[in-house]
Amino acid sequence: MVEFQIPVLNDVPAEFDTKFTPGAMAHLKPFLAKADHNVPLGFPGELVDDWQKKAIDRMGDLVKRYRSLAVYLDSCVKCGSCADKCHYFLGTGDPKNMPVARQDLFRSVYRRYFTPTGRVFGSLVGARDLTKEVLDEWYSYFHQCSQCRRCSVFCPYGIDTAEISMAARDVMDHIGVGMKYCNEIIAKVHKIGNNLGLPKPALADTLEGLEEDVQDGTGHPVRFPLDVKGADILLVTPSADFFAEPHVDGLIGYAKVFHQAGVSWTMSSYASEAGNFGMFIGSYEQMYKVSNRIRKAALDLGVKRIVFGECGHAWRVAYSFLNTLAGPWDFLDPAYPVPQHIIEFTYDLIKRGGIKVDAEANQGMVLTVHDSCNVARASRMGTMPGGQFILPREVIKACVPKFVDMHPDTIGDKTFCCGGGGGLLTDDLMELRIKGAMPRMEALAQVIRDEGVTHMAAMCAICKSQFTKVLPYYGMKMEMIVSVHGLVSNAIQLGTNKI
Amino acid sequence: MPAYEIGGKSFEHDEEGYILDVNVWTEELAALLAEKEGINMTSEHWEVVNFLREYYNEYQIAPAVRVLTKAVAKKMGADKGNNKYLYELFPYGPGKQACKIAGLPKPTGCI
Repeated sequence: MVEFQIPVLNDVPAEFDTKFTPGAMAHLKPFLAKADHNVPLGFPGELVDDWQKKAIDRMGDLVKRYRSLAVYLDSCVKCGSCADKCHYFLGTGDPKNMPVARQDLFRSVYRRYFTPTGRVFGSLVGARDLTKEVLDEWYSYFHQCSQCRRCSVFCPYGIDTAEISMAARDVMDHIGVGMKYCNEIIAKVHKIGNNLGLPKPALADTLEGLEEDVQDGTGHPVRFPLDVKGADILLVTPSADFFAEPHVDGLIGYAKVFHQAGVSWTMSSYASEAGNFGMFIGSYEQMYKVSNRIRKAALDLGVKRIVFGECGHAWRVAYSFLNTLAGPWDFLDPAYPVPQHIIEFTYDLIKRGGIKVDAEANQGMVLTVHDSCNVARASRMGTMPGGQFILPREVIKACVPKFVDMHPDTIGDKTFCCGGGGGLLTDDLMELRIKGAMPRMEALAQVIRDEGVTHMAAMCAICKSQFTKVLPYYGMKMEMIVSVHGLVSNAIQLGTNKI
Repeated sequence: MPAYEIGGKSFEHDEEGYILDVNVWTEELAALLAEKEGINMTSEHWEVVNFLREYYNEYQIAPAVRVLTKAVAKKMGADKGNNKYLYELFPYGPGKQACKIAGLPKPTGCI
């Protein structure tokens, strides 16, 4: 099935000897969205006739709307700090996957149509007409950016490539050149309520099955409530948590924590998705629509709090944008953060003794953790700086006998993307996903070798699926990947210590 | 639109080989798809494929992995009711490869 070379892992992580290979990934393009996927999102079904003018108009709108975008396009001095920071560049060697080069695909067109020097001097100042070749290049390379923002950590000007890549995708959507994976999924959210297209009866059946499993396994009546009016907490979680392994172990963990804490909670069939692919395609309008499903569910169910499950980009949207997109949240209980992350919720209970966890339950496991890009670089957990790194580690450490961190240049705010973020978790981009996972795989292989690590915890549905898929290509087992709350699920002591 | 041809009958499919209309599926088509995937269909494979179709008819979606493993455990024994066994049957993942052979649409999302 694989017709390309899997990168060879170095013994020393984070020291790369990437070989420059121009054009190495020029062939790779995700499947084009069809009219069925585009039209429900308000985009043209296919490439429009006057696409060049429309694209430039849309670019102008975005530059006006987002001052940050104009600043990013104007301020790059080509210092090269970002060049070797992208996992896709490191894994593929394609120079167009260097963040500066990726930005320049968009910047050159911006310069041509929106700056006086570009209009007058054209290619002398790196300005380019928007031709079909340029559009094709955009389609290819703006779908080789997972919007993880690692490059921006190293940019002295703080230029955010993710925002440029989002803008490029938005421009393309507006001329009918959308990406199938993302647009098909967003259309499903509008129609059914989640990325999977899991209708309410199937969701109810799945949750009932989980109740039976947990009852059989533990003897405790842990519930998985759906659409319960008047519940205190609305849990919004990625639909992969209902569907896939190891995601579902995390969902079972959340349910056990809620059960043991004695709180009333519910999920919603209307807002049965935490993820918000509107961000991946750079569409404020789509982000707004998807977010407001959560608002409607919270109002309809009359909840007092909102808690998010383990989903990286959902947490970015929730933590950073939810109030602007779907607020004000004045109908929720002001005593609690809006929204709250499930890891915050569990951490707090463990610290206060509200739940008890026994690390012996995960005997024999040596854990490391993969910081998800959107959690690491676009959000926080708890009240202290760096809480998004501290809280997951504290929860994991409480639940396992041994924890080890990976190489310092690959964790925290320098974490590498799993290789499948930003709307790229699709089979048609498998080559990119496998190659882009290389930096993380290298760091993981080292702690397996040197520290006896047996498992890597993740806190994002995309990371969990991506690693499950790519680990075997690097000679590691897919079962190594666990949900943070899968560990909690094993370790939590049920039936004791109610507050 | 590309299509599979079997005995003069054609089955349209998408870029990745998933048929577009779940209702036109036949066992012959499943056998052809399995061959393309490099899978030798045993009775265990058919059990999974048939369960996927039954579940889809009722719920308009493929079953979650837990639902599937439970059904497999019931039909084939507890030792086979796990994700690992399903991957042995369908190495590219039960969710996607088995769905393709069963004529179901490809599951989407963060899976």
